[in-house]
Amino acid sequence: MLKNMPHFLVHSPKDNVGVVVVEDLRAGTKMQGVITETDASTEATANHDIPVGHKVALKDLKKGDTVIKYGEDVGVIKADAKRGDHVHTQNMKTKRW
Amino acid sequence: MPTKSTAKPTKTKSHANLSFHGWRRENGRVGVRNHVLILPLDDLSNSVCEAIANNIKGTMAIPHAYGRLQFGADLDLHFRTLIGTGSNPNVAAVVVVGIEDQWTKIVVDGIAKTGKPVIGFGIEGHGDIATIAKASYKAKDFVQWASELKREECGIADLWVSTKCGESDTTTGLASCPTVGNMYDKLIPQKIYGVFGETSEITGAEHLCKARAINAEIAEKWYKMWKAYQDDVIEAHKTNDLSDSQPTKGNIAGGLTSIEEKAMGNLEKIGRTCKFIDALEPAEAPAKGPGLYYMDTSSAAAECVTLMAAGGYVVHTFPTGQGNVIGNPIVPVIKISGNPKTLRTMAEHIDVDVTGILRRDQTLDTAGDALIDMVIRTSNGRLTAAEALGHREFSMTKLYRSA
Repeated sequence: MLKNMPHFLVHSPKDNVGVVVVEDLRAGTKMQGVITETDASTEATANHDIPVGHKVALKDLKKGDTVIKYGEDVGVIKADAKRGDHVHTQNMKTKRW
Repeated sequence: MPTKSTAKPTKTKSHANLSFHGWRRENGRVGVRNHVLILPLDDLSNSVCEAIANNIKGTMAIPHAYGRLQFGADLDLHFRTLIGTGSNPNVAAVVVVGIEDQWTKIVVDGIAKTGKPVIGFGIEGHGDIATIAKASYKAKDFVQWASELKREECGIADLWVSTKCGESDTTTGLASCPTVGNMYDKLIPQKIYGVFGETSEITGAEHLCKARAINAEIAEKWYKMWKAYQDDVIEAHKTNDLSDSQPTKGNIAGGLTSIEEKAMGNLEKIGRTCKFIDALEPAEAPAKGPGLYYMDTSSAAAECVTLMAAGGYVVHTFPTGQGNVIGNPIVPVIKISGNPKTLRTMAEHIDVDVTGILRRDQTLDTAGDALIDMVIRTSNGRLTAAEALGHREFSMTKLYRSA
């Protein structure tokens, strides 16, 4: 377990996005993360200011890639996102409806 | 202030001997509140009901918007919701008021099956003022009678606990929803009744939800329910991919991007080990004994909690991310949040603070125990944040337009 509180959490080792869990996270922050399923530590550098609760890409994601969270398919990438980018409605959407 | 988790790690803690003090009703069910309800059959009767509740202190009117010219399954649901609400063991006695006598009697007769005191009044032929006077005398008798009823010690198995989350965000999937799931994993084996619902909000996790049914027959029953909503409501009425509504604007502000992502977090509420033993119609009372149930409900908070209360559940656990403020007139709604911003900006709405899960200084196990502790304290009489703040959202589900 990390000594300090993590900047982001990841549900599953299969996930390609994590969730920022601190307020006022600024671009350039070297973030510490934890994968909750395994308690493993991980790291990423934020490319954007990312609000608390919002997702960060853990890999370089290409348009058409499936977004994996909870180890499951939760949507599709609509515009390329680099590792450390903010992932939300501007570059991701549902595959449903 | 929200209660911080003080529960100790519980590897050895037993949940078998938990108890609370509630009111055992005439039919054997146990309530955790002792309301005398002034229940309108229809929108036209709201004024009379509110006047009675104003006359007779300690009673509560629950006005609502419907009840005229409904028919078929929609009318059945209206009656089931009103009868279920009056029959809920959190209610000691009921005065029903309707514009006319015949439908009023249907509700009165339905509630009377519980054995609790109930009486109905029709307004036509008397007018508001005479009806208010007659009904107020009865309401006074009921409330004075109810005020002398005593709580008694009851085992945890007498508790029916529902769940539904609202203004979800990514923190509900990480912290507050799995806290409820941990509670169910610990208390369902102790023979409580549980229920979850939110049919539209399972979308994206339907394969996982279906797999949590107790057997193939219930799995298929559930899947038909889910699919009917997709086909009959969403496909029939959608104007886009529902991204303006499901997820909601609040969900999106909180970082949820897709319905699939929201559904995954939502389903965290049923824990790791529970299986659901039946799929209920809206407001239908569970009839297969203790265990976890699914109820076909809207994902709108007040509509869903109203239906679950009408199904007979007496305490509600409500994870929220962005800060849904909902309450219910007859059922205490316990709010759980792990979002640090919500705890910073609107802590008065939150009963159980699980932000420690995000900081990694609180485990899911201790968070689950903190919630169980709050469920017991609430059952013993502690007012929830929503009760103290006066939230009494009573929202009927309408299936289609009235005649």
